[in-house]
Amino acid sequence: MIINQYIVLILMYIGINIILATSLNLINGYMGEFSVGHAGFMLTGAYVSSLITVLLVPDQLLIWAFPLAIIAGGLAAALLGLIVAIPSFKTRGDYLAIVTFAFNMIVKSAVENIDTVGGARGFLGMDRLTNPFWVIFWTIICLYVIRNFVYSKFGRGALAIRSDETVAELMSVNTREVKIWAFVISSFFAGVAGGLLAHLIQYISPSMFDIVKSTDILVMVYLGGVASLAGSILGATIFTVLLEILRPLQMWRMVIMPLILIFLMLYRPKGIMGLKEFIYFIPRRERL
Amino acid sequence: MIYFCQQLLNALQLGSLYALIALGYTMVYGILTMINFAHGDFFMIGAFVCFLLVTFFQLPFVPILLLSMLGVSLLGVTVERIAYRPLRQAPRLSAIITALGVGIFLENLTLAISPYPKYVPEVLPNIIWNIYGVTFSLLQSLTIGLAIILMLILNYIVQNTSIGIAMRAVSWDKNIVPLMGVSVNRIISITFALGSALGGAAGVMYALAYPMIDPYMGVMVGWKAFIGAVIGGIGDIRGAMLGGIILGAVEIFSTSILPSSYRDFVSFSLLLLLLLVRPQGIFGRARSEKL
Repeated sequence: MIINQYIVLILMYIGINIILATSLNLINGYMGEFSVGHAGFMLTGAYVSSLITVLLVPDQLLIWAFPLAIIAGGLAAALLGLIVAIPSFKTRGDYLAIVTFAFNMIVKSAVENIDTVGGARGFLGMDRLTNPFWVIFWTIICLYVIRNFVYSKFGRGALAIRSDETVAELMSVNTREVKIWAFVISSFFAGVAGGLLAHLIQYISPSMFDIVKSTDILVMVYLGGVASLAGSILGATIFTVLLEILRPLQMWRMVIMPLILIFLMLYRPKGIMGLKEFIYFIPRRERL
Repeated sequence: MIYFCQQLLNALQLGSLYALIALGYTMVYGILTMINFAHGDFFMIGAFVCFLLVTFFQLPFVPILLLSMLGVSLLGVTVERIAYRPLRQAPRLSAIITALGVGIFLENLTLAISPYPKYVPEVLPNIIWNIYGVTFSLLQSLTIGLAIILMLILNYIVQNTSIGIAMRAVSWDKNIVPLMGVSVNRIISITFALGSALGGAAGVMYALAYPMIDPYMGVMVGWKAFIGAVIGGIGDIRGAMLGGIILGAVEIFSTSILPSSYRDFVSFSLLLLLLLVRPQGIFGRARSEKL
């Protein structure tokens, strides 16, 4: 029984990580930007949803309010995503990496200084509302939305931006609109994942969501392969499972993980899936 | 006024450390147009080498500094040779991801070897001078002096020696330079050696000034130095020096006005504002893309 619970817990982590990896893949993979502040959106979602369930909602309504709180956390993160999207109109590549990194640090530092939510000590008091149903539910919603986004007008625009932004604009892609939507959707799901994680481990602190966490998500994305939903699913799963399997090695497992990433980049630089997609994610009329 | 001068001195100390690290970022970027995200961890390794040399060999200051610089520059060259060189022709992003991977590897390797933060014993005698009420220590003046000397040496190498000319040529056009009989690989190795040595020196000075060292110390410092390099205009050596010092000044002065927990908040917000006003950095040339 204990082993089963353990496996269920790992499966829930995998689900949350899939949400994180696919949503980051939208910006870093499909649109070819380099965002390194994904944990900042997670933090926003985690805190907003936790504040709602702990402070606003009476206990007997918690089960009903939980999905709404998660959505509220996602929306709050999406709002920040909108703000981050604005500098991305002009800056690309390294400069956007700095903007997103600075964003991550600003959010973390701001929460550390708000004493009413616990500051640097963190925030607790959430019930364990995240269960396998909600994780699976949100994972499917996330995959569905992002898959449809990718094969919509906007998704093609994002692919065009990755190839060449100037040419995309010449081909009448509204690059600003595409970027805004990509950032909003991506950050929304990062916020959702943050909310789910907060109600799973029942404790959040700003230092959980710093640049190290963002790097973990980056590793998942590039391990699985950019611009591929199947890649993100694989990357998140392998990352989570491998860390658990290697647990007997204690600290050394954290040494092996980056080594795998380095060797993958050296011998298969496009990641495991390498721009390929699982056939059922591709719309029927486009399958070859 | 005295208070201001004192803070200015502190700002110069921290800023010159950032500047030394930022130089490593900017040199590698100038030559490879690649962000070496592992550079902050080179800096951390420098601090740990310093710790090893002090605790186990009880060496005096100068050999510690030289050996740490040597060790870190060997590390830099090795990392370049093993991890970055095979990816020279690959898309830029793979190289950046590999750099991230190398950084995490170095952090976690150090963590696995030494799980607890380490305390670096004092190496320098604690001499403090007092001039018109402004106190400054031997360590502070050494840090600032060392940074200035290293930057002058670097400037001399880049501007006046044949290696420096080759470096500038490689950063100008990587494809033409081999036709002139210059080994690009050698120049890139030398660049990594120089940049990492500066990072190692910064690591030693940092470990002496803030003696609690841990494997993740390079992450934040590295990112901040990188931001300093970007503020100055990445790829530009003078820019990295100025950007690092600006960053140090912003941090020190924001902590002297606000509670110290606001430091990151203020400095990063200011940096974002600066980037909005001048996205290419202070010395950076606005690149117009050729179509």
